Parts: sequence; structure tokens; C-alpha cells
Amino acid sequence: MNDMTPIAVKTTLKDWESDQEVRWCPGCGDYAILKAVQRTLPEIGADPAKTVFVSGIGCSSRFPYYVESYGFHTIHGRAPAFATGLKLANPELDIWLVTGDGDGLSIGGNHTMHVLRRNLNRQIMLFNNEIYGLTKGQYSPTSRVGTSSPSTPAGSVDRPASPCAFALGAGARFVARGFDVSKNLTGVLKAAHAHKGAAFIEIFQNCIVYNKDVFEEFAVPKGAEDHQLWLEPGEPMLFAKGTQGIALDTEKLTLKVVDVIDGDWEGAGVIVHDVTNRSLAHMLVELPFGPFPMALGVIYDDPRPTYEDSVLNQDATSRAGKEPNLAKLLAKGQTWTVEPT
Amino acid sequence: MATNLKEKQSAAHSGSAGPSAPEAVVVRFAGDSGDGMQLTGGQFTLSTALSGNDLATFPDFPAEIRAPQGTLFGVSAFQINFGSTAIETAGDAPDVLIAMNPAALKTNVQALKPGGLIIADTGEFSKRNLEKAKYAVSPIDDGSLSKWDVLAFDISALTLESVKSFGLGNKEALRCKNMWTLGLALWMFDRDRAPIVQWLNDKFRKNPVLAEANIAALNAGHAYGETAELAGPLKQVHLDPVPTEPGLYRTVTGAEAVSLGLVAGAQLAGLSMFFGGYPITPASAILHNLARLKEFGVTTFQAEDEIAAICAAIGASYGGQLGVTSSSGPGIALKGEAMGLAIMTELPLVIVNSQRGGPSTGLPTKTEQSDLYQAVYGRNGDAPLPVVAARSPGDAFECAIEACRIAVQYMTPVILLTDGYIANAAEPWAVPDPDSFAPFPVTFLEQNNNAEGGKVLPYKRDERGVRPWIKPGTPGLMHRIGGIEKGIDTGDLDYSPQVHQAQTDARKAKIDGVARSIPAQDVCIGNSSGKLAVVGWGSTYGPIHQAVRRARGRGLDVSHVHVRHIWPLPENLGELLKGFDKVLVPEMNTGQFKTVLRDQFLVDARPLAKTSGQPFTIAEIEAAIEAMLA
Repeated sequence: MNDMTPIAVKTTLKDWESDQEVRWCPGCGDYAILKAVQRTLPEIGADPAKTVFVSGIGCSSRFPYYVESYGFHTIHGRAPAFATGLKLANPELDIWLVTGDGDGLSIGGNHTMHVLRRNLNRQIMLFNNEIYGLTKGQYSPTSRVGTSSPSTPAGSVDRPASPCAFALGAGARFVARGFDVSKNLTGVLKAAHAHKGAAFIEIFQNCIVYNKDVFEEFAVPKGAEDHQLWLEPGEPMLFAKGTQGIALDTEKLTLKVVDVIDGDWEGAGVIVHDVTNRSLAHMLVELPFGPFPMALGVIYDDPRPTYEDSVLNQDATSRAGKEPNLAKLLAKGQTWTVEPT
Repeated sequence: MATNLKEKQSAAHSGSAGPSAPEAVVVRFAGDSGDGMQLTGGQFTLSTALSGNDLATFPDFPAEIRAPQGTLFGVSAFQINFGSTAIETAGDAPDVLIAMNPAALKTNVQALKPGGLIIADTGEFSKRNLEKAKYAVSPIDDGSLSKWDVLAFDISALTLESVKSFGLGNKEALRCKNMWTLGLALWMFDRDRAPIVQWLNDKFRKNPVLAEANIAALNAGHAYGETAELAGPLKQVHLDPVPTEPGLYRTVTGAEAVSLGLVAGAQLAGLSMFFGGYPITPASAILHNLARLKEFGVTTFQAEDEIAAICAAIGASYGGQLGVTSSSGPGIALKGEAMGLAIMTELPLVIVNSQRGGPSTGLPTKTEQSDLYQAVYGRNGDAPLPVVAARSPGDAFECAIEACRIAVQYMTPVILLTDGYIANAAEPWAVPDPDSFAPFPVTFLEQNNNAEGGKVLPYKRDERGVRPWIKPGTPGLMHRIGGIEKGIDTGDLDYSPQVHQAQTDARKAKIDGVARSIPAQDVCIGNSSGKLAVVGWGSTYGPIHQAVRRARGRGLDVSHVHVRHIWPLPENLGELLKGFDKVLVPEMNTGQFKTVLRDQFLVDARPLAKTSGQPFTIAEIEAAIEAMLA
């Protein structure tokens, strides 16, 4: 969303809090994401009357009830489809989709694919906690192999999907990552909002009841920063306080970790982030965590015309110069007249 | 109805209307799926309509697009019943069968009336084609067709001859066969060729040679009729125009009428329309039609699946447009959960089901009425919604408007039932005057409706139990709704026991209340009480109507009641049915409406069930009436 916000509306964080009691488990990562969103909305000048939060089913999908804007809690997996009709009916609305790893990649995977492929202008926040929370802890399509859960007592055996790789594969023009308690999350959300088109944001979210601390190696508030690769457009890909960087292994056509001595990242061959480089984006989202840090921030941002613009332009062209005359339409084709006798 | 196309025959049949003036004729065109039989039938229909005869058609084609040539399962047929009196059905048995190959003859000849005429293209009766049709010897030569009259000649060769001068390849030249045959049919029924010539010129605008070739074939077929008449075997038949109400007429199929009715409905509501669809037989035609009507404020969206199609339509309704989705049984099943969402969030939505044979994939191109339970009961939870059923292609126009009216006036999804027969069949249609329909303009809530000055109350119901329609984007009316149970007035998440009880009751009462806005049930023919009521709904209208008329002609005490509002039922229907000793419900299913009537009114409704994928014949219903009154 962006060019449709003609007048920035002045609001504060408080204006975006609804009167509903928040019903997530105490300590859930969702609280931090809600606050980050409520902090972001005043900063981008969003208008509560033109903002709509649309969700599917799951813990994350309760989100719309807690934001003082328009909100629609749809059915499992179908938020992207609902929001497609809504956006075509009123392109001026600023739509935020809230989904989870089960809602958006399992039951609603088909709609996630098509909303990205079509490139409808909206922000898609996928809260990834690698588990089904609201149904009490079954493994999800992003759970790691071996996840022990009520439905996989001996550990899950199927390989997880990678949300950002899926999004890029589906044709997404904006892909970003953040995590619940990150102070950088509002920056990522702002970049997503500034992108005109479908902006996909994977947000790692800690489910403290059923999948506690699965992201702690990189997402603990203090101490895990060395495993975070925060991507900035036009900046070298450095991490671990600038002592390490990402370089291109030209022989294997992959990325590699290199040591940076005395800040000489150029000498170490560290590459500069280009958000419009799709090949680079594919490599970044596939980096295995462990040998590599977790790539975070805006991974890819290269806008293309949106679906609603193309549809509405085409509709306008078809309508140009045509009078909608129903009587004429009904009498179309070959007709005959029966004369009174 | 007896039609005698051959002079010698008509002399042998006493009691017919005479050699050249039957009341009605049934013609069936049958050929390979690739032979263009539906096109031929469609053009013959147009010519029939233009000549002022009443008509009804029945296109009957396989699910495969082009099944292997010459096979029995690849036969495509088009039946038309036309005449100088009112026509309500496509006809029980054809008088004339035009068979373009052995398979077409084999699959259709048993339906032909004894003494009827077979016109067969011997050019296609090769050894190979006979084998494909499982004929050991040619039926033309072995006397097996003796109860019919056979006019067999080489249409293929005559077609090739007629288009020789255009330099077409053999395959292309043979494609003109259907126009040759149409030319002959036009001659047989004394029709004007000019509208067909005009249509061909238009269709092949970009390829004038093909237009000329097809016109030459059409003319050659017509000329053949004249020559054959001189030689003796054929007789031209002229049917007088039907005395009809003066006015402007056109032909319309159910799919066209639904599309036009939806456009009219949206206009009467003062709304733009959003149509979400996913391709499925036989419903896709509605998506195709509406995709060309953008200037009427229509946006069409071909979704990734049936679920996305309805969810997008619900999204558009939430945004303030009239959301519409359309499918057939299997697709409707997929939409079930989303219908519940529209019921729960109380948003207007029209869902069109062009029913086909089921269950599962069932019979994609054949007709059935077996989705009535699905429409009335087929959702999780207590999920009532209004259901309207069209009786004929023309009636589908009014029913679509009615579905739109109920949807916006009661903030509810509405199902409009048609079926494969109505969707594809054509009938003459008196072009309606759009001004003759009362508008039902929508008002959106613009101001806070909370008298106490608090938050807006999105679920504050009016005296009919209807909540306000609030468009996102409206300043000051922000609120959150969804599929989860919601508090009285506020719409806030609340599934406490008393709230769920109250909201379930409110949803039911609202839909029950729709009955107060619909007309009282009338009786189409017969008395409003008596020995037997034949109760129908949907596309069985034609055969029931004719069967009841004939039975009454023989002095039987029987009435025809045809129900448009399947849910809620008209308020007087129960009393009306109790005025009859017996109730018979013919349906193209195993007795679904019968069960609904029994449940609602405790009447002893008896089923007449048919699930062969073919419409009822008049004779079948007549026999059932006689059995009930015996």
C-alpha cells in the first residue's frame, strides 16, 4: 500500500487499541507483534477508517479484534481470497492480512500462492511459530523434522516448508523477515507498507506453550544478535558485530561466510545487498541456519503493477464510451416482434 | 402432436391434423461431438423462434469435448419441440431424427416415435463406423428400421460437391455438413434462410471464404429438399405461428437469463456487482456472460478454486458491492463453509447452483435436481438461508432478481437453483421492460446507530431482524466481525450460552421472516383443492404442466402447484396442500422436496423420482397421475 494514502492521519498508539480484552497466553509472541503493528500505524499516517485487518483461523488470526480499525475474522486459510474481493470492491482500503504457518501454508496454501502471484496490494504477515497452537500443539508445515507433538508422538518425519522460499516461488515481489520481539520489526513493517503490491513478511513468533524458544538461537532479545544478518539495501551483508560477512562463492554459485578483518569487508569479498536482485533473494531465503546466520529484514523488494490496478484499468477501458442501458441489453441478439392482431 | 412428414403416411394416420399442418413437431439432430450438432440446433432454434412458433429445446451432449470419432459415447444431440400451440417441454419422442453417423442412429433411434422419419448420412456408414457403433450389418439395409421411414443418402458427398468451388481441404469441406443438414431442415419446415446467412457472414467475418462455403452448403441442403419433394419422399411442413401476446421477443437460455437477471438485480439494488467464479460444467456460461458486461458495473474474478470464488464474493459484499458466486453441485459443496461465514456475518450474497447429476463428479453434462437437500440443509451448524428455484430459462431472469432482492433486504446469502437443463435450454422470451420491476435500493449505515452514544452496533437488528450494512472506509464506524459467535448488538466475540441461543434464534427468525415478503403460493392449473395436487419445483414445470393439462382434459381432478420459494416456503403452502386428498411430487432426485414438504406440513406427499440424467417425459407424469387417482 502507499500511493493511495493521500492525507496522512494523525494518530497515536492508543488510538489503535480496541476495547477488546486480548486473549493470547501470557508471554505469547503475538503481544509483541501487536504492539509493533500499533506502533507502526501512527508512523505511516494510517487512517483507522480505511484500514482493514483480515485474518483466517488460529491464534494469530484473533489479531483483528484487538486493533481499532475495520476487521474481519474469516475462515481457515481463506483470508487472502476474502481480501481479494474486498480490495477489488474498494481499492482505497489499506489491507493487512494476518495468518499463521498452518492457516497460510497448510489449509490456505493455495490462496497464499495465488494472492502473491496476482500481486494484490496488501501486507501479508505470516506469524510462524512452527506449531498449531489453537488446536493444542500438533506439528505444522513449518515444524522441523523430528518435532514431537500429540499427532507425531515419535517425531514428525516430513520436511518443513520455507515460507519465504514459497513466497518467492509463487512470484512475490516483496519478501521480508522479522521476529516478534525484535526492535527492528516496525522498520520491516513500514517497508512492507511502502511497497505497492503484495508484501510478504514472515514473522518468527514464540509459542511459549507448545513450541517454546525454538528460535532462541537467533531471536533471544540479548545475546543472539551474532546470528542475525540484518539486510539493509545498499549495505554490505555483515553480522557478528561486523566480524563476519556474506560473500559469493563463484565456483559453487552459492553464498559463503567469510571473516572480516579490521572492517575491510570489501577485501573479504562481502557483497552489498540489492533488494531488487531476485537471484540473491532466492539464495538468502534458502541459507541453512547454523552454518549461516538468519537473514532478516527486507530480502527482496521490486514492485510490479498490482492486480487491482490492472483489473480496474481493464474494466475502465471496457466501460469507456458505453452506456449501461439495461433495456437494450435485454433486447440484444436476434429479436422478433409479435404484432397485435 | 402426431406429425406426419410423408404424405403416404399421413393418409394412413387418421386423427392427425393433416399432412402439412401438425400442431407440433419434435426434431432431434444427432451426430459426433465434433459435428457441430449444438450449433445446428441453436440456429434451427433461432429460425424457429423467428418464424413465430413456440418452442423448447434439450441439448444433450457428452462430458468429453471431442470423444473419439464415431463412438457411441461421443454422440451429441439436440432436440427441439416446436409448434403452433404453447410448448412447455422438449417433447417426449422425436418425429424426426437426423443421424449424422451410425453411432448417432443407434443411441437415438429407440426414442423415435413409431412411424417417425430418419434422415441418415450414408456417407458415414462405412464398415469402420458401423463397427464403432457395434452394428454387424448396416441397419439401413437389414430391415431393422422398418417401423420408421428412412431417408438415407450421402450427405457427406453432397456437401463436398456443394463447396467444391471454394478450394477447401477435404476435412474443412466436410465441416460444412451441419449447414447442409440445417439447410434441408429449414426447407422441411418452410423457414427463411436469411437470418442464418446473416449469422454465418457474421461468424466468419474474418474468413469470407468459409462464410461463402457454409452458405453454399446451406443453400444446397435447402435445394435438395425441393428436389426430393419433387421426387416424392419428402413433404414440406408449415406450422403456423403461435398466437402470443404482442411485443418484442428473443430466445434465451437459462444461463443467459440468470446473467441478465443478476445485472438487473444489482441495478435495482443500486449496487455494483462482484462475481467470483471457478470454471465448472454447466455453470461456466454465467461467468463468460458476465465477463462481457463490465459497463454495467460488473467485476468478474476467475478465482483459484471454488472456495476462493465465494470468499472473494463475500469480501466484495463486505466492501459494499453485491457479491455473487456460481457453480454446480461439487463446487457448491466446497463453498459450504464460506456460506456459513456469510450467514454468520450476515452479508448479502447470491449463490447460483446450476445443478447436475451427482454425487461426486456424477454426470457433468446431464441434468438433475438432487442438490435440494444441499441447498436447504447442507451446511454445518444451524445455518438457514433462503432458496429460490427457477422453473424455465425465462423464469431464471425473475428468480435472479428475486434472489438479489432477498439478499440485500435481509442481509443474507441466497441460493438460486437452476439445473443443467434450464442452463442450456433455450425458449422464446418476451423481452421484459426493466422499469416494470420495483427497485429495492440499499442504504448503508453512515452514522453511529448507538442511541446511547457508545460504539457503533453492527448487529443491532431492525424490526425484521436485519442488521445494518456498514462499508469499511466509513469514518467513525470501525468494528470487527467474523465467523465466531458474536454478542447481541455489538458483534463482539461472545460465545456465552445465552448469546449463542439468542443469536441462533435470531438468525432463524430472520430467514423465516423472508416468507412474509414473498407472494402466496398459487395454483398454475386446476382447482385450489381437490383429489390430487402435483407439486413441482424447478425445471419439471414443463412436463408437469402438460401432463396435468392432459389429465384434466380427460376429466381427472388434478391441479398443478409449482413452488419457486423452496426456503422459506410460502406461508399458505401448507394449508393449500391440505386441501387435496393426495399430493404427488415429481422430482429429478430420489424425493428430496417431498421430504421437505412432509417435514414442514405433515402432508402425505408421494414421490415420483427420476434420476436418469434426462428430464421427465409428459407420459411418465401422466401415468403417475393416473396411478394416484386409480
